[in-house]
Formats: sequence, structure tokens, C-alpha cells
Amino acid sequence: MYTYNEFDEAFVRSRVAQFRSQVERRIDGSLTEDEFRPLRLMNGLYLQLHAYMLRVAIPYGTLNPSQMRQLAHIAERWDKGYGHFTTRQNIQFNWPRLKDVPDILDALADVGMHAIQTSGNCVRNVTADHFAAAAADEIADPRPIAELLREWSTDHPEFQFLPRKFKIAITGAPNDRAVTRAHDIGLRMVRNEAGEPGFEVLVGGGLGRTPMLAQVIRDFLPQADLLPYIEAILGAYNLKGRRDNKYKARIKITVFENGLDAFKADVEERFARLRSQWSGVDQEILKDIEAQFAPPAFRNAPTDDYEAFRAQNGVFRAWTDVNLHPHKVDGYTIVSISLKKHGATPGDATAHQMRVMADLAERYGHGELRVSHEQNIILPHVHKSDLPAVWAALREADLATANIGLVSDIIACPGMDYCALATARSIPIAQQIATRFEELQVEHDVGPLKIKISGCINACGHHHVGHIGILGLDRAGVENYQVTLGGDGTETAAIGEKMGPGFPAEEIVGAIERLVLGYLEIRRDAEETFLETFRRAGPEPFKGFLYGTEETADAA
Amino acid sequence: MTIIVTDTGFRVDDFPGVIRPLAEIEQIQEGDGVEIGPADDPRALVGVLGQVALIRVRFPAFNDGRGFSHARDLRSFGFHGRLRAAGHVLADQYAMVRRVGFDEVEIDEALAARQPEDQWLARANWRDNYYQGRLRA
Amino acid sequence: MSRRFSPKVVSANDLIEGDAVWLTEDDRWTRDMAEAELIEDEAHAAIRLLFAKGQPNVVVGAELVDAAPGPDGPVPTHFREAFRTHGPTNYNLGKRAEGFAPRGHIPGNEAL
Repeated sequence: MYTYNEFDEAFVRSRVAQFRSQVERRIDGSLTEDEFRPLRLMNGLYLQLHAYMLRVAIPYGTLNPSQMRQLAHIAERWDKGYGHFTTRQNIQFNWPRLKDVPDILDALADVGMHAIQTSGNCVRNVTADHFAAAAADEIADPRPIAELLREWSTDHPEFQFLPRKFKIAITGAPNDRAVTRAHDIGLRMVRNEAGEPGFEVLVGGGLGRTPMLAQVIRDFLPQADLLPYIEAILGAYNLKGRRDNKYKARIKITVFENGLDAFKADVEERFARLRSQWSGVDQEILKDIEAQFAPPAFRNAPTDDYEAFRAQNGVFRAWTDVNLHPHKVDGYTIVSISLKKHGATPGDATAHQMRVMADLAERYGHGELRVSHEQNIILPHVHKSDLPAVWAALREADLATANIGLVSDIIACPGMDYCALATARSIPIAQQIATRFEELQVEHDVGPLKIKISGCINACGHHHVGHIGILGLDRAGVENYQVTLGGDGTETAAIGEKMGPGFPAEEIVGAIERLVLGYLEIRRDAEETFLETFRRAGPEPFKGFLYGTEETADAA
Repeated sequence: MTIIVTDTGFRVDDFPGVIRPLAEIEQIQEGDGVEIGPADDPRALVGVLGQVALIRVRFPAFNDGRGFSHARDLRSFGFHGRLRAAGHVLADQYAMVRRVGFDEVEIDEALAARQPEDQWLARANWRDNYYQGRLRA
Repeated sequence: MSRRFSPKVVSANDLIEGDAVWLTEDDRWTRDMAEAELIEDEAHAAIRLLFAKGQPNVVVGAELVDAAPGPDGPVPTHFREAFRTHGPTNYNLGKRAEGFAPRGHIPGNEAL
């Protein structure tokens, strides 16, 4: 894993000092609120409904145990004892006081972390496959590239005041777990015919008010050209992106309005002009970064005890059935720790739970933790023989819910319980759906199903790419929930289809229940997933389940 | 009176020439200055960069970042003269301004009163802690 | 074409703490919306908002928000502002944990 060098350390400390001064100058009047706002946002500090909120970057979702413990410490010392892991692999603290924030940032710097560029119209925290360097299907570890991008984008002088925010995601595996097609820039690590490493570069994806899937702007970009090419894309966007309308300011609209070909021509002209400014030092730095991501010393041990325990303990077996993912090393597995206990707030962890996960990573996980965009925590390298012990410790901390990828593993943004932009609440809907399906005892039968809930059109809850998407709106002063179906955030990406009129809060859980039970009725067999059934059967039968047409009204 | 900010602090404007709007590009003489705004295309200046002594890039609002790309572009076209960011630029942006190729910032008295010299001098160390400089070197 | 002015309160967040505050008739900022000044006149509302915006070192994001007279003082008419008097609904934190009575209608909280 990457550890800060002297340069990173000095940089982050200087940024904390600058922010400390900015807070002081805001309070003494040197900076107006209008001027301070973008500066605090660049340091991850928002103002929400009830309090400030500090969004801390977890670059490419990777944490070591001491970092996780420090997050627990921050939660207890300056917040209210918990943190919220987000769909952008970050963590949010919901209750910091303005004057404490510089101290929190110093505490983060103590463990090589920061909150820089987790907000504002700049390049945001770069996200990556949460199974990086562990998944069996991976071509290359995306994290060294993501770290290079973190360094390149941090405090980039040209791109701190873009037309709008800018998100980059990277995957090194053909199975896209990083939702690359829904990002401003998506990078897929590939090799050309000569076997040289490079990227398929996608541009112009995004969710929000106008969801669009990214298009390929370069089939193959040689690895050494990455930073100049990304810089060319950003430069073209900085000049051409619209600044007159915030809802048309993202690069997806720039690409759409100019056309991909014209936008690409602009990018290629800039790239050709600016490429020579790059001496290749970045590739030397990349080599140093890669060395830090060398695989851990995997051990070779029997897994008989694991198999035996699995055979005898049904609860453990159920957990291993859904919370594990194939690892590239024999005897190892990837453990997903669900932060989606039925009825709990999706993505929240208490300080105690954070410490338990840190301890487990240290003792059984080669010192690594990941945050997934699905708001769970991953132990990427666990030897199967350690699973019974890991599971027992998780159970004690209320972290052993066996529901990864199932109907109760719901993504939900904070919604109007916290967020100043929200138009409706998300959390209670997620809580009620999960609780309802636990009562019904059908979620293992239902199988893979991704429900994603956003509390406003900005789509932080990724509802457009949920198999079932739920969008909370304000309809004449009442919370109302609109359903989309058939969305997909993977390599077979699709934007969900809007079904029809929304449901009031009291009715949305029942509507989702009808949808899911209806799916069970019409699926071809137990192997056909919800998404596959939707793609085969089309929206009509599902509209019937939702709104009760003749043939389904009686069945419901 | 406007104030010019450089790495050594505040001083008066000592540019002796006239600064023309981009529309007067045909009339530019050796030693003149020229001004562009965020929506202008600096490529229009490519033919006269050898004569122009100063380019003033207007920042009508501190959060309109197009001027940063204009500076980078003008330098990449081979402009070696004085490059000035003018208008609503904050002390907190001084390092960014310098890093993209500006030599100086021009601000009005009201802004200078609210953000006095020491706040700008605090970022005169813009060569330090500079990731992009390190990566491009 | 004059539309009836719907009553308002001045709502903001405290600069340092960040929590929800409302402007009182005697120019204080209160944590309990029931103590806020209910403004029934449009011109007076503009003056009060200007006064609030003139205190950038005390509060952030001052705005006029719809309110109605209630038994103890002004109550929100929209659920968003009601949540601001209450705190989040997923945990007992924020205003209600600090002992403030929620004002207005909190959806799903029919007991109140």
C-alpha cells in the first residue's frame, strides 16, 4: 500500500495550515462567505441541514488499519461516534464544528490522509475497483495509476475552478466494478496487440439530472501518455464547458453539445501541443508507486478446517455463500463486510465497528481494507482458514450480515436526513425495504438484485444504474418516490427506465415488494436474475406489478 | 489605482505601454499590451505574440477558471512577455496563478484592503509543494 | 396581480457550529424556531433578510422560509424546514437530542 513520502507529507501539512488560515480569515472577515465557500469545499467541508459535514477522501477506496483507527478516533473526538461511507469510496462525518476542522485535517495528515478535493468544481477523489489486486479476473492493479492521478490532480493549478465537478474512475478488470461508464472520465486498463499496457479512455459519462453513459474517446492510450492526455481533456473541458447553467456544466453535456468528434479534435490538438512538456519523470514516479503496491506475502496453508466449519454451521455457510468473492491466490478469498444490517443506515459504521474492522485487517487481512462504492467494507486478502475467526469477530460487532449483492444490500445517499440538496429522505426507505424483505425471508431466493436510492435528482445514490432505482422527489410538499428499472453499472452498463407515476412514502415499500415478488413469479428459473428477467420480459409485466393491471391486480 | 502583486508583494503598475482590447488586434504596435477575457480564444494572438509586451487576462469572477487555461495556452504558444491576471483573483489563488504561467496579479484597492499584502506573500512560496511541477519536471 | 404574501421566518446556519438557527424579533439567533419572528409583511421580510445577511460573521446561508403561526410560535409549513427543527430521523441526534421540541409536521412521525 502507498505511504506518504516527504513530499506528500509536506504538501498535506501546508494545505492544513492554509485552511487553518482560511478559517481564521473567514471569521475575521478577510474572506467573504462567497469566497470562503469554494475554499472550504475544496477541503471537503460542506454545510448541510443540521451541521457542517466533512467528507474525507479515501483515495481509490484503500485504507490501512491505522487509518481506519484514526477515522474512529475522529468520529469519537470531534463528531458523534460514527461515520458514513459513501458511494464515492469516501467517508463523511456529519457533525464537525467549523473551528475543529483544521484539527481534524491535522489528525488525518498524521495517518497520510486528507479531505482535499472531495468537493468543489475540481477533479474529485479518484475511485477504483474495490477488489483491486485481489480479484481473480484482474488484468492489472489500477491503484498505482489511481495514486498517480491523485498526485497529478491534487491542487492542480489549472483545474481548481472548472465549470463543474469532475470524477475519474479506473478499473483493471474486465468485470467493471468501478462504474466507469458513469464517470466524467472512465479508464480501463488494457493491453494492445504488442502487449504494451495502456488505457481505453471513456469520456462524458454521468448520472444526475441528465444520465449519460461515457463514450470511447481513445481505444488505446499508451500508459506514458496518460497524464498529458487527461490534462488535454480537462483543458478542453475547462474552456468549452458551459458556465451559464449549472445543470449543463458537466463534461457529458459538453461532449453531447459539441459532438464527440469535435470535442476529440480539440483534445487531440491540446495533447499534441502539450505532450512535450512531460519529460517522463511521471513514469519514474509511477514505478516507485507500483513498488509500494507489491502484493503481500500470501501464505500457503490448508483450508480443511474452513470447509469443515462451513459444513457444520449453516449461518456461517450462508454468510460465505454471499459475502465472499474469488481471489486470484489459491486458498484466499475476498471478504465483503456488510454495512447494511437490516434496518440500519446503509454505509454507517460506529467507531467501535471501525476498530474491529481495522483489527481484523491487521490480524487476518495483510493490513488492507477497502471501501466499496456500494458502501461496504472489504477485506481483500483473507486466507480461508481464518474465515471462522473473522466471521465470529464480525458477528460480535454486528457486522456479519449475509446480504452482499442481495435485495437488502441497498445503496442510499444521506437524503434529506442530512443533505441540504435533497428533495426527500433515502435512509428510512432503505431501512424499511431491508426490514420488510427480512420479514419475508425471500432475499436469498431472489438472489442478485441491486436497489439504489437517491434523495434528489443529483443521483448520489446511483439510482439510474440500480436494477431497481428509487428517486425521492418533493411533490407539492410531500415526499414522493419514482421507480426506474433495468439500470446496470457494470461492463453491460445501462440507464434505468422510468416506470410511471411515483409513490408516496407509505406506499413505496409495498410497491418494491410487489415488484420483487412479481419477478419471482415470472422468472424463467432460479438462475435468471432480476435484471436478466427485466431485459427478457421488458417493462410491461413490471409496470403491472407496480401499478396493478388487470391480470396482476388479483395476484397482488 | 490598481495594485500589482508579485512574489515580493504589492507595488504600483509600471507597465508603460497601452493595453488594447482584443478587438484592436490590427493596431497593435511593438511594446503594446493586449487584454483578453475568459470567453476569448487566445489563438487569435498567435501571430502577434512577438510584438506584444504584456497580456492581461481578465478574471471577472474568481471562480471562472478559464483564465488559468488561457495562461497555460499562451505560454505553450511561445509567449515570453509579461502575463498578468487581472480582476477578481484571491490571495488564496496566487499559487495557482503563478504555476500556470502568470507573472503578476492586478487587483483593485477594495480587494487589496480586504486581502492585504501579507495574505498574498503567504503564497509567494508557490514553487514549494507543487505536485504537477514534480510530475512534469 | 398581488398574491397574498405567505408568512416567513429568517432561517440560517450558525457560522461556527453549523446548526440551524432562526432570527428573533429582538435580533437574536435562536435554536428553537418557535422563538423566531413570524414575518407577515413582504417589505419587512426583505428588511429582516438584509439584516440577517449583514451578519456574515455569525450565520451562513440566511434565507426566508415559509412558516405558519402555531400554538407556541411559528411552525414550518414544509417538511424540509421541519427536519431542521428536529434533526435526522435515522438517529436521535441533533436538535431533538439537544432537547428542542420539533416544530411542524415530521413525516412518518405521526405521534408528534
